[in-house]
Amino acid sequence: MNAPIAKSTKVITGNAAAAYAAMLCRPDVVSAYPITPQSELVEQLAKFHADGVLDCEYVTVEGENSAQNVVCGASMAGARAFTATSSYGLVYMYDAMFNTAGYRAPVVMVNVNREPPGIHAVCSGQQDMISVRDTGWVQLIASNCQEILDLTIQAFRLAEDYDIQLPVIVNYDGYYLSFLAEAVNIPADNEVDGFLKVLETQPERPKLTPGQAQGCGSHGIGLGYVELRRKHMDAMERVKAKVDDIDTEFAKAFGRSYGGQVEEYKTEDAEIVLVTSGSAAGTARAVVDAKREAGMKVGLVRLRLYRPFPVQRLAECLKGKKAIGVLDRSIAFGWNCGPLYQEVKAITPEIGIVPMLSFIDGLANMDITKEHIGSMIDNIQSAARGESYEEVTWLP
Amino acid sequence: MTGKEIRLHGRGGQGAVMAAKMLASAFAIEGKSVASFPMYGFERRGMPVVAFTRFDEKPILEKTQIYTPDLLMVVDPTLLAISTLFDGLKTGGVLILNSNKPFTTRPSANLAKVGRIDATSVAMEEIGRDIPNTCLIGALAATTGWVSLESVLKGLSEYLEGSMLEKNIRNATRGYKEVEVQSWDS
Repeated sequence: MNAPIAKSTKVITGNAAAAYAAMLCRPDVVSAYPITPQSELVEQLAKFHADGVLDCEYVTVEGENSAQNVVCGASMAGARAFTATSSYGLVYMYDAMFNTAGYRAPVVMVNVNREPPGIHAVCSGQQDMISVRDTGWVQLIASNCQEILDLTIQAFRLAEDYDIQLPVIVNYDGYYLSFLAEAVNIPADNEVDGFLKVLETQPERPKLTPGQAQGCGSHGIGLGYVELRRKHMDAMERVKAKVDDIDTEFAKAFGRSYGGQVEEYKTEDAEIVLVTSGSAAGTARAVVDAKREAGMKVGLVRLRLYRPFPVQRLAECLKGKKAIGVLDRSIAFGWNCGPLYQEVKAITPEIGIVPMLSFIDGLANMDITKEHIGSMIDNIQSAARGESYEEVTWLP
Repeated sequence: MTGKEIRLHGRGGQGAVMAAKMLASAFAIEGKSVASFPMYGFERRGMPVVAFTRFDEKPILEKTQIYTPDLLMVVDPTLLAISTLFDGLKTGGVLILNSNKPFTTRPSANLAKVGRIDATSVAMEEIGRDIPNTCLIGALAATTGWVSLESVLKGLSEYLEGSMLEKNIRNATRGYKEVEVQSWDS
């Protein structure tokens, strides 16, 4: 049993917020390997465990591939399992991630966004998250320290839901959020217990049990494979409404709501919209306020759910707008644009043809400044007026 | 008081990053919204480190680095030699400096006030190691009046305990009491 955790407000980093959230969800098994800019999270969890505050099986491993296999196996045996990584660590567990998703093991993993290998940049960037897009994991993105805590709790609720049973990644920007210290409301343990209690009322998910002959993920040739893929895909589609429902449940329990799959800011009467995710959204909100004061009808849409892609909700937000810009902290090789832009552009049939602009900024710790976002909004505005525009802009 | 932006310059191992967080905690204790983060590449002792702290009456939305600080804190005196140190300092800006030498000339036209203390010597006496950060936080409180010494000391207890807390309370209190303030008219 964990030591009791009382409700408090503390100035803590995003990494510490994630560690508190994971502890509050009472994982049975934690296995993780430290890596910048995530190390503090793993150190904090290890300290909670060593101090006797967190009661779990803490499995130290020699690398991330083993960490993923440990939490996958534990989850298949019925455990609540947690791991955390970033960048090199994420791609080092790439094959194991397919297993976890394919076995429908509801592991929760934090991924602290950092540039992947190639050009050695120990720096923020969302390319790591993009590179595991098609592993079959659900992916969420947080935008501040409070949301990191809240979304990690919500991730356990989502992953283990009987209708879902999929592993979930909680992403947040390295440096700009992982090392950012803000005041965070830490709920009491019994409040989190209450929030997750609904899982106990659901049918028990299948688990591997010693002495019982069962197979999982070993074979699926031909139609068997197709059936499992279809079921996985269907569960992925159910995630969308579930994320909205969980946001509502969470608001009832804790008084904080984030809008579910996407968060809209001043979009209702907006003529132009900027779409983005993560820490840049906070800065963008401040710029939208300033542009509104200057009379510009601009709104902001923040993606909180990356996989599955919130096609229908986004279409509702973007329909009828005169021009749309998408700010990416990563690139889509082969498409000469940002990956989120590529996907927003793919919903053109739902929203109609309007000017769409891709902005690439914030690679390798480059700061997405207010000035940069201001110039993006100005570009979207002039495109909306019918002036010529560049489809893809790299900043700075 | 409107919000303020603080940029800290130190070297890996001197506690500049910790100082930025401790400052955030002190302002939070006084009911302010706070945000603080460091920016560095590869973690190495002795490498220059920059850290940022914001505080405001209203929520802080932006997650950006600080380009136009109200205050600079220089934890390592050798960093005074960086040509870009004073870049963006607002008019009427403040410098909190770890140094045993007063300025003979004004180092930046925008600089209005310097709170200077030989924080390395104080830290060697109080802690026995060159960790000047908490002494400079005390100096900041005395020089600016933005935060009380009481809140600073209370903030320290969120990061330290036992004898290290006691040593750093003495370190910060001496910074508060012994800082030498030098001003220039605008």
